[in-house]
Order: sequence, then structure tokens, then C-alpha cells
Amino acid sequence: MKSYWWKFLGAAIVFYTIIAGLLGEVPALPILHESIRNVYFHVPMWFAMLLMYLISVVYSIKYLGSGKPEDDFIAVESVNVGLIFCLFGLLSGMLWANITWGDPWPNDPKLNSSAIASLMYLAYVVLRNALDEEQKRGKISAIYNVFAFPIMIVLLFVLPRLTDSLHPGNGGNPGFSGYDMTGSMQWVFRPAALGWMLIGCWIMTLRYRIRKLEYHTDELGN
Amino acid sequence: MSCFNFLVTFAQSNNGVEMATGLRSSGKIYVVVIVLLIIFLGFIIYLFTIDRRIGKLEKKEKSIR
Repeated sequence: MKSYWWKFLGAAIVFYTIIAGLLGEVPALPILHESIRNVYFHVPMWFAMLLMYLISVVYSIKYLGSGKPEDDFIAVESVNVGLIFCLFGLLSGMLWANITWGDPWPNDPKLNSSAIASLMYLAYVVLRNALDEEQKRGKISAIYNVFAFPIMIVLLFVLPRLTDSLHPGNGGNPGFSGYDMTGSMQWVFRPAALGWMLIGCWIMTLRYRIRKLEYHTDELGN
Repeated sequence: MSCFNFLVTFAQSNNGVEMATGLRSSGKIYVVVIVLLIIFLGFIIYLFTIDRRIGKLEKKEKSIR
């Protein structure tokens, strides 16, 4: 619990990707130009969000089996951190889209479905706050979470592939691997995704520990 | 290492009046990189101090129970 190594590893990796992401070589592509470097910063936000939601659904299932409030806390705080990464992903994506696609919100299926997925997870937070009784809240929100996760995966990774999309790798568009992502860019992009995932986990554990402390002090008070 | 090589080649590619060295070379992008690194490092240190504070609270809570 007190081991910091993976936290600093995540920090060091992101540190490296800031240097390599801004100074490394990228292919000269029309329209994108230098903004292709956003791949190193915009996409990892979504990767980190995905990991957070995955951790959340795993602990929700665990909670349904064990009934331990700690499992429920991890599930909630993962969603809370996932929502932050989702917000960063949306904002950075809107800025990038405005420059390269000419509109902050072109009616791209990937954008619309990511908006729906975000609302779904916001509903999870609202649902929790609406329930007062601890066990009922834990159970109902865990079941909701188990349904929300596969729907989110379908919305983000299946439906956009079935229609036309501006995002690479969707609707017949080649992925970034079709251009350059095979070469030097992979050596920045993959670590960036891993680094942000680790930082996301770090923030999640901080929030989880605070929540656990609050829970225990509430117990002491009663 | 490769980053350093990159820096050196950029400093050398600039012919004519050679004043562009270090942070003044290549459109001054290095300044931006360092600014980002400082912000990011500060953010990490901040997270670390929060981590430590929570750790202290946890210890205190354990001793009370």
C-alpha cells in the first residue's frame, strides 16, 4: 500500500512523453500538420478513462459478491476519476476538431456516442446520490454499473465502426497505424497511454483512501 | 540521449548569424517543453504531498481505533 514506485513510474513516463511528444519526429500530413502530436495527449485521456471504468465494473461485481463497502468505494471513485479524464478528452477533442475538422462538434458518431456514454456515467453518480441507505445504494449502483459498462464499450467501439466517422480507425477510415503509428510515434503513444493510466490509478487510490477515512470516522462518531 | 542529439543537430543547422543556442533555438519550442515539464512536475509533487497527508491521517486513524 505504501509503495510509490508505480506512481513515480507513471509520472516519469508522462514526463518522457511530454519531451518526446513535442520534439520527436512526426509524419508531415495534410490538414493535421503538427497537431498530430495531440495523439499523445488527447487519446491517452480516453485510455485512462476506459481503465477507470473497467476497474469500476470489476469492483462493482466484486461488491455484489462480497458486500464489502470498500469494494463499493473503489467502484465510485474510479467512475469519478474516469469522468474527469472523459471531460479532458472531450474538451481537448473539441479544440482539435475545431481546428482540423472545422467544427468543435461535427456530428460524428464517435462524438455523439461518447457524449451518451458520459451522460450514462453521470447518471450513475446522480443515482448514487439519490439513494440514502448504504447497502441499497451500493447494490443498485453496482448493478447499474454492470449494465453501463458493456453499453459504453458498444457506444465507443462498435457503433462508430458501423457508420462513417471522422475518427481514424472507424467506418472504413484507416487508423493512425495506416500512416505512421507503426514507427517512432508508437514509442511515444503507447507509453503515454500507460503513464496516464497509472496517474489515473494514483488519483483514484487517493480518493478511495479519503473516502475510506471518512467512512471510518463516521463509524467512530456513531 | 536521442533527445540531446536532436538538440545538438538543431543548434548546428542554423547557419548565418549563430546566436540561437539552447533555449533560443528552433522556434523556441524548448521553452514550451520546459514550461510543460515544470507544470507537470509541480502537479506530481502536489499529488505526492496529498498522498503523504492521507498516509499520516490513516496512521492516526489506526492508532485511535
